[in-house]
Amino acid sequence: MVNKPLYFDEMFGHGTDARLPYEAYCKWFNGEDNARLLEKSEEAEALFRLIGVTFNVYGDPDATERLIPFDLVPRIIAAREWAKVAKGIEQRVRALNAFLHDIYHRQEIVRAGRLPAEMLARNEAFLPQMIGVTPPGDIYTHIVGTDLVRTGDDAFFVLEDNARTPSGVSYMLENRETMLHMFPELFSKIKVQSVSQYPNSLRKSLSACAPPACDGKPTLAVLTPGIHNSAYYEHAFLADQMGAELVEGHDLRVVDGRVAMRTTRGYKPIDVLYRRVDDDYLDPLTFNPDSMLGVPGIMDVYRAGGITIANAPGTGIADDKAIYSYMPDIVEFYTGEKAILQNVPTHRCSEPDALKYVLDNLAELVVKEVHGSGGYGMLVGPAASKKEIAAFRAKLEANPGNYIAQPTLALSTVPILTDAGLAPRHVDLRPFVLVSPDKIDITPGGLTRVALTAGSLVVNSSQGGGTKDTWVLEE
Amino acid sequence: MRLTVQHKTHYTYDAPVPYGLQQIRLRPKSRPGQQVEDWQIEVKGGQVEVSFEDEHANSVDLVSFHPGETRIEITCRGTVDVEDRAGVVGPQGGFVPLWLFERSTALTHPGPQIKAMVAAMSEGGAPVEQLHALSAHILQVVPYSTDQAASDLTAEDALSAGHAVCQDHAHVFITAARLMGYPARYVSGYLKMDDRVEQDASHAWAEAHVPDLGWVGFDVSNGYSPDARYVRVATGLDYRGAAPISGLRYGQAGEQMSVSLQVQQQ
Repeated sequence: MVNKPLYFDEMFGHGTDARLPYEAYCKWFNGEDNARLLEKSEEAEALFRLIGVTFNVYGDPDATERLIPFDLVPRIIAAREWAKVAKGIEQRVRALNAFLHDIYHRQEIVRAGRLPAEMLARNEAFLPQMIGVTPPGDIYTHIVGTDLVRTGDDAFFVLEDNARTPSGVSYMLENRETMLHMFPELFSKIKVQSVSQYPNSLRKSLSACAPPACDGKPTLAVLTPGIHNSAYYEHAFLADQMGAELVEGHDLRVVDGRVAMRTTRGYKPIDVLYRRVDDDYLDPLTFNPDSMLGVPGIMDVYRAGGITIANAPGTGIADDKAIYSYMPDIVEFYTGEKAILQNVPTHRCSEPDALKYVLDNLAELVVKEVHGSGGYGMLVGPAASKKEIAAFRAKLEANPGNYIAQPTLALSTVPILTDAGLAPRHVDLRPFVLVSPDKIDITPGGLTRVALTAGSLVVNSSQGGGTKDTWVLEE
Repeated sequence: MRLTVQHKTHYTYDAPVPYGLQQIRLRPKSRPGQQVEDWQIEVKGGQVEVSFEDEHANSVDLVSFHPGETRIEITCRGTVDVEDRAGVVGPQGGFVPLWLFERSTALTHPGPQIKAMVAAMSEGGAPVEQLHALSAHILQVVPYSTDQAASDLTAEDALSAGHAVCQDHAHVFITAARLMGYPARYVSGYLKMDDRVEQDASHAWAEAHVPDLGWVGFDVSNGYSPDARYVRVATGLDYRGAAPISGLRYGQAGEQMSVSLQVQQQ
């Protein structure tokens, strides 16, 4: 079944026997009929269409709404494996928050010579307006998605940090919901840690970051750019699940020193705004004056302590892939410990020696834009044609500082269900992390993204990736 | 010198404004060389929603219009004691790193003309001398005129306009000083002109950061460094960051603004 022993398969390792976490599942699977499972698979798709879990693909005018393919073979992680990963994520997220506080205050890390000032000075995501601002509870990244990849039994790497506005949590929840609906018997055989508490945890976590102006029970709202946004479904879903209002910029005004939403009974102040609108569009009075998506004056109310904005403006700097390359130092600087989770070795093309190496080895490397996301604007050397590599070389030479490069990792595979049975496909993992002054709450598992094309390493949904349910087993 | 200021900004609209906000940076602060004895802001037609200190330590008030208003008036009154320190403001305080003042902004993005002007400046001399030479040179190239070409002119466009108001002069100076390697910023404030009580408008000048001295002010329009007749109110990377009033309103109403400003020695 595993035709590429080159890669670590999470179900079979490098062999043919199921690894321990998959034993019970494989036993069940072997008793199932492939044709029945394929039918189930179609049933799952119909279910997703029914609930309306869709996303938009930028740059594809014909398909404004598309379903992310779901594969019904779960990805399974043992409790012991997860415990170590969770510990590493917690350490990293703590460091990220400390880093964000520091760069908007004394910048000790720059003074100590551990991070060049240019990393901040030349970074568009660094917001001067956040200098000296301490958000309620001193939390900058209320919601983080730490993208992980695995290359072996005990080898997890952080691929990138999403501290700005990580999306995808609705898929994690819907995937589990669907699996529970279709295979209830599996969940009675195998004890899987629950993920359904996420919306409740999100509500609690955000509420714990209420601003000084809040009196009583915090009022939450989710700010969406509107129905044309690729993640609109998720915005509506989370608002609904949390029992919060879903609002757009034009629903909100500054009233009596607070940001308030229009209701049938007048304006009601919002304490915590989970915003899914980018920094630049958040407030036309402070940022992009042409923005129609944001709330004029919200940054003023924020700086006066009248509202919590989650995530805080200016956190996007932590998503920068050049900053990423400093994460091992950042973790050590703020926690005094070595990073538990490893970084993928990263070449900063802004450095002449690194650039030379990258240009000499383009066919073996993955090259990414430092501010890019969603799999756009990247080169996967081993999968690219000579022509594509030549075109990318020109872009890289024209603006080296805009790129970083990483070795092509031997990403782990997890089988998907095909007409011919199980077939290995590469995966990554986005665990979702909630940060409040009281605790760091990591939902067991997260969103597994899978490259559906055999051999492909690009798992992004915008690039044809699918998803799987992710199981973390009970102890 | 003890200066009293009365500064009134009056907006009228040709239709009721359903919702509008003004962000105002009109509160001078006490600092070495400048002691604010008393300062009041009165808003008619609107109310102060929140007040906070921005990243440049400017005191900012956010004012909302009373719904359906057709006029709004913001009046500042106060007394400030100012010493003549030959334009020297001193070291950079707070959290803002100096590199921020080397960033170009939309209004201070150097174009070919400003680059050419800086390239033609003679090198050598102490930093303060270099910057005074720059200031004098700018005034020569674009003389002062009260006739403002446009309110939102970039530094590069101001240079081609042939004449400039204080805001344009400050932008050209900031842009050029940054090219020369000096962190630079925009200052908005008041100037007591010796020959009059009624001033045309509030004033603007520039500051550059010089080794050993820290921030030093340069008033290009008047050809000298700020003295005891200058009240510093707000600073920023350019006009937009330090603007006395910047607003936003819903609806189609047309706006007219009038300013009356008296600065006198007490």
